[in-house]
Amino acid sequence: MTAGVDRGHPQAQAIRSDEDVVRVRQLVRTVAVAVRLSLVDQTKLVTAASELARNTLVYGGGGTAEVSTVDNGLRRGVRIVFADDGPGIADLDLALTDGYTTGGGLGLGLSGARRLVDEFDIDTGPERGTRITVTKWSR
Amino acid sequence: MERVPVLKIGDILLVSIQVDMSDQTAVQLQEDLAERIVATGCHGVIIDITALAIVDSFVGRMLSTIASISRVLDAETVVVGMRPAVAITLVELGLSLEGIRTALNVERGMELIAATRDDDHGYDDADEPGDQSTDTR
Ligand SMILES: Nc1ncnc2c1ncn2[C@@H]1O[C@H](COP(=O)(O)OP(=O)(O)OP(=O)(O)O)[C@@H](O)[C@H]1O
Ligand SMILES: [Mg+2]
Repeated sequence: MTAGVDRGHPQAQAIRSDEDVVRVRQLVRTVAVAVRLSLVDQTKLVTAASELARNTLVYGGGGTAEVSTVDNGLRRGVRIVFADDGPGIADLDLALTDGYTTGGGLGLGLSGARRLVDEFDIDTGPERGTRITVTKWSR
Repeated sequence: MERVPVLKIGDILLVSIQVDMSDQTAVQLQEDLAERIVATGCHGVIIDITALAIVDSFVGRMLSTIASISRVLDAETVVVGMRPAVAITLVELGLSLEGIRTALNVERGMELIAATRDDDHGYDDADEPGDQSTDTR
């Protein structure tokens, strides 16, 4: 975690259906526009959020996305925390490999999302579910 | 659930995606298109994604699947109107959009489909097993 980061008031979105995944995308876009991310960075962040929200729904059995603005004194950014109480990710290295899937997907969600953001942090385990924090900073 | 409309214009089915699709809507579109290709006998499908702000792995996979299904049903699919920011993001995500043909806009997409059909069926409509030279793909 970056020290001295001011967090704005977070907005939470429950993820229980694929309509909620659409809502997460819309919420993230609104906040990304508000902190003036470039169009390309908005697109990257919303795409990453879409992947992570879908994983939260499909593998985590549902959960939440919490979106907030961050400010480190130099730049502003958007931070999103995806959390679920699902089974956790058994082999994280494997799950972060391009093409690895246990669900018949393309296996690009996690690894691709990590490439699309500036900061990516995972906390996962069988007893505590999965919590993924991503941040995208304005340039 | 919202449904994406499929329009028939001459020999072409035009799909203009105007909403942020849920996964279910995307799967429904796949099925609707397959049915419409068979029902209409159309030989071309144009999917206009000008209004799509993002293409993630699910929608990307849907586009690839539609292209494969339509090929099996003797139709060509062209995706048109991809935004530059979407293209940049897709590459970084690692999505290759396998088997998908793209064009700048609907007009170019129609030209591409017409040209492809001419290549395939240009001489006489009989299939000539010995002559592969006209197949430029
Ligand atoms: N929240 C989660 N809880 C438990 N397991 C997860 C979670 N997120 C991802 N995984 C595991 O990590 C694997 C890789 O995820 P990733 O998103 O990269 O691929 P995918 O969802 O299978 O396919 P794609 O996203 O390309 O359609 C998943 O198949 C799943 O086993
Ligand atoms: Mg995924």
